[in-house]
Amino acid sequence: MLTKEQIAQRIAREVKDGQYINLGIGIPTLVANYIPENLSVVLQSENGLLGIGPFPSEDEVDADLINAGKQTISVLPGSALFHSADSFAMIRGGHVHLTILGAMEVSENGDIANWKIPGKMVKGMGGAMDLVASADNIIVAMQHCSKDGQSKLLPDCTLPITGIRCVRKIVSDLAVLEVAPRGGFVLKERAPGVSVEEIKAKTAGKLIIEGEIPEMTFD
Amino acid sequence: MIDKTVKSAQEAVADIPSDSTLMMGGFGLCGIPENCIQALLEKDIKGLTIISNNAGVDDFGIGLLLQKRMVKKMISSYVGENAEFERQLLSGELEVDLIPQGTLAERVRAGGAGIPAFFTPAGVGTEVAEGKETREFDGKLYLMESWLRADFSIVKAWKGDHSGNLVFKGTARNFNPIMATAGKICIAEVEELVADGELDPNEIHTPGIFVQRIFQGLRYEKRIEKRTVTH
Repeated sequence: MLTKEQIAQRIAREVKDGQYINLGIGIPTLVANYIPENLSVVLQSENGLLGIGPFPSEDEVDADLINAGKQTISVLPGSALFHSADSFAMIRGGHVHLTILGAMEVSENGDIANWKIPGKMVKGMGGAMDLVASADNIIVAMQHCSKDGQSKLLPDCTLPITGIRCVRKIVSDLAVLEVAPRGGFVLKERAPGVSVEEIKAKTAGKLIIEGEIPEMTFD
Repeated sequence: MIDKTVKSAQEAVADIPSDSTLMMGGFGLCGIPENCIQALLEKDIKGLTIISNNAGVDDFGIGLLLQKRMVKKMISSYVGENAEFERQLLSGELEVDLIPQGTLAERVRAGGAGIPAFFTPAGVGTEVAEGKETREFDGKLYLMESWLRADFSIVKAWKGDHSGNLVFKGTARNFNPIMATAGKICIAEVEELVADGELDPNEIHTPGIFVQRIFQGLRYEKRIEKRTVTH
């Protein structure tokens, strides 16, 4: 099983030179720590910043510089600031190349649910619906099963959905999977020590297994 | 030039009545109009509809207006971080309309720009789409969303001049410039009010035409929700 850091590390390998990337809250935020230094990429924060820098030092903290998770951050040489309508023009207009976000459930046709649990307090979707409706390439970081062992990779989402047919790739604690254009989770890689049988047993949606499935390696 | 200055937050919000619709800039607690919120708290009004990306925290920002039960309805994209909000929502005292953040931003922009409706992909196939027209463009489905406008929009800028021109700082810009355009009356509070001519016209973010009242705010707390530092 992968740790949260390893999920982030594995997702970072999907990042390509020259991309503008939006990272969601949680595991996706950690991806920034593993992007190879030889790649030139720009992180977008939907509250109005291109070029998210590292967390500031204690004496550089600026209340007027936060990320979408409301954490204090810094800017970089070449950063740009803008208002919220411009920010979502970047997102809906297809100018952001890669979106990485968390999910509560993903269906075998690429639907994602990550904003609402009926009966529990509803906090709102924030920018998630705009992001998933717009990005060409959406990678989801998630746990394969819920705490009580229920699969979160399903034939259909049971929770209210955030967007339809949008997820391309999933990196869970057990596996890397791609959503096939005609539906189904295509198993691409296994987490170290996790068998194909275990992934089969823990994937409720249609699982497609073609040939040998390699095991991920980490430095 | 037209002088938009008023003396104080109290004077700026003096004519805001009960049951009015207010837009308030800010993302989380970043870039919120602290002085106007304080001045509204001193007023005996209620039934407000507030359009704001977030709803503050229990003891700061819009959370203070909620504590005093001045708010009837919130129109927001994300309202976590606020226990009093949750209590009022679950007890039915407060209505809430949750909108995707980009749709919220574009509805506000459209309101200020005189565009009554537009189509967006955000929310297609979700409960956000219920009751809304969908239409296909180039093989993809989009939802029709309508403009948002307000009786008053209340924004916070870094610097402003007497003509109402505004400059924002950092990510405190967020919803402020678009909300400035979408209120019948826009009230701008600024950290630094300067004479006309002191701001470079090349670097104005919000031209003064959108601003009706401006004043220099006092004692900004600028509370930080999540102080994260590297050591």
